[in-house]
Amino acid sequence: MPEEPLIVLRGVNKHFGRLHVLKDIELTVGRGEVVVVIGPSGSGKSTLCRAINRLEPVESGTITVDGQPLPAEGRALAKLRADVGMVFQSFNLFAHRTVLDNVMLAPLKVRRHGKAEAERKARELLDRVGLTAQADKLPAQLSGGQQQRVAIARALAMDPKAMLFDEPTSALDPEMINEVLEVMQQLAEEGMTMVVVTHEMGFARSAADRVVFMADGEIIEDRVPEDFFTDPRTDRARDFLSKILHH
Amino acid sequence: MNVLTDNFSLYGKGLWGTVQLTLLAGALALAVGVLIAGFRVSPVKALRVFGTAWVTVLRNTPLTLLFFAVLLGLPRFGVVLPFMVFAVLALGAYTSAFICEAVRAGINTVPLGQGEAARSLGMTFTQTLSLVVLPQAARSVIPPIGSTLIALAKNSAIAGSFSVTELLGTYKPLNERGYGIVWTFVWIAVGYLIVTLTLAGVFGLLERKLGVAR
Ligand SMILES: Nc1ncnc2c1ncn2[C@@H]1O[C@H](COP(=O)(O)OP(=O)(O)OP(=O)(O)O)[C@@H](O)[C@H]1O
Ligand SMILES: [Mg+2]
Repeated sequence: MPEEPLIVLRGVNKHFGRLHVLKDIELTVGRGEVVVVIGPSGSGKSTLCRAINRLEPVESGTITVDGQPLPAEGRALAKLRADVGMVFQSFNLFAHRTVLDNVMLAPLKVRRHGKAEAERKARELLDRVGLTAQADKLPAQLSGGQQQRVAIARALAMDPKAMLFDEPTSALDPEMINEVLEVMQQLAEEGMTMVVVTHEMGFARSAADRVVFMADGEIIEDRVPEDFFTDPRTDRARDFLSKILHH
Repeated sequence: MNVLTDNFSLYGKGLWGTVQLTLLAGALALAVGVLIAGFRVSPVKALRVFGTAWVTVLRNTPLTLLFFAVLLGLPRFGVVLPFMVFAVLALGAYTSAFICEAVRAGINTVPLGQGEAARSLGMTFTQTLSLVVLPQAARSVIPPIGSTLIALAKNSAIAGSFSVTELLGTYKPLNERGYGIVWTFVWIAVGYLIVTLTLAGVFGLLERKLGVAR
């Protein structure tokens, strides 16, 4: 008997005006599983990712995280979000706070940890992402790759059950992509449950348990990475892969 | 020239009245204005509607009419207070609508991603606003709030017509004592300048201080 999956989406639908961005989405993410979501621009990957912590509310279907259906806006939702880390394409570090404060803020205010404990943990995480020396700087003084690693540390400081990544390396200069992917790779190896929207095929091959391919708001393939890359079933996926793999 | 030196205590009392009205109504307006701005961006529809109604009504009512409404209206509900308090309520409520809109404009200058990151970490709406969004909005909100408070200092003159001691109202007794109208008003104007230039100075300082903080 397998364990209950951590994230389950059933029959999820979402429109932006007349645009149907999520069409009857079915997705299950097991504990410790790493699912990479790929697909053409506008296919609904970000919306899917953001729906999981209700940054985008959906119209129909159910989304459960750790057995609990997503609550409506309010304290219960905040509590659930505290357990699901999110990393954004544009980092979104708190611009008015130092790197250390960015990592400590939510543990202090949301988890109500003591200052000493929050700081010890924050420094430990910054050390882990290789940014001990930057603790007292403001985010704007850091490179993109450094900012994104702080953002990952900030999310990890909440001890999340799962992490959502929406194109975490897309805003980065090429030489900074690897430093972020390495941190993510390590997280994956440690057994973190992850949903990762990315076009980094190397990461998908080496870290993902499954690849989900989206097009026009639908999940049209949900496969083991090796199978998906060597033998895509749909023309849409084959077409997409040929564009991103040999340009 | 002797209109000032002869009536120093009268001028002083008037100036102090204006300063009190400005400070008390300003504090009230700031507190209420920030709160209503929070209402206007809240996820709760009822609060948004209330916030919009508050601003629409107060911003579009002539201040004198609002004074009448407060002075004549509240006693009908059994609320009897000193004129000074009525004046602070009327001025504070009126000014809060402008503060609210300045704060809301400031909130809109903060990138959406900041609030999303805060919420994704489990912060409540109030925490997101007070810990992440408002501190970043502060810098762009300082200059319009300064202007609004300067307008408040000048608007407080209306209270003089409602039996509250304030600077402009001093012209009446001075006039009765036979002093020339020109010098009377010159010294009143100087009094207002003292208040408004002080405000401008304080807010200029605040702006510079927040300016270097990042
Ligand atoms: N807030 C919004 N309001 C209206 N339309 C939106 C909104 N957000 C996204 N959309 C539209 O919904 C569709 C799906 O958007 P989404 O951001 O999920 O796509 P994506 O797969 O992440 O694309 P990309 O690779 O460009 O990030 C797009 O057509 C987009 O224009
Ligand atoms: Mg996207």
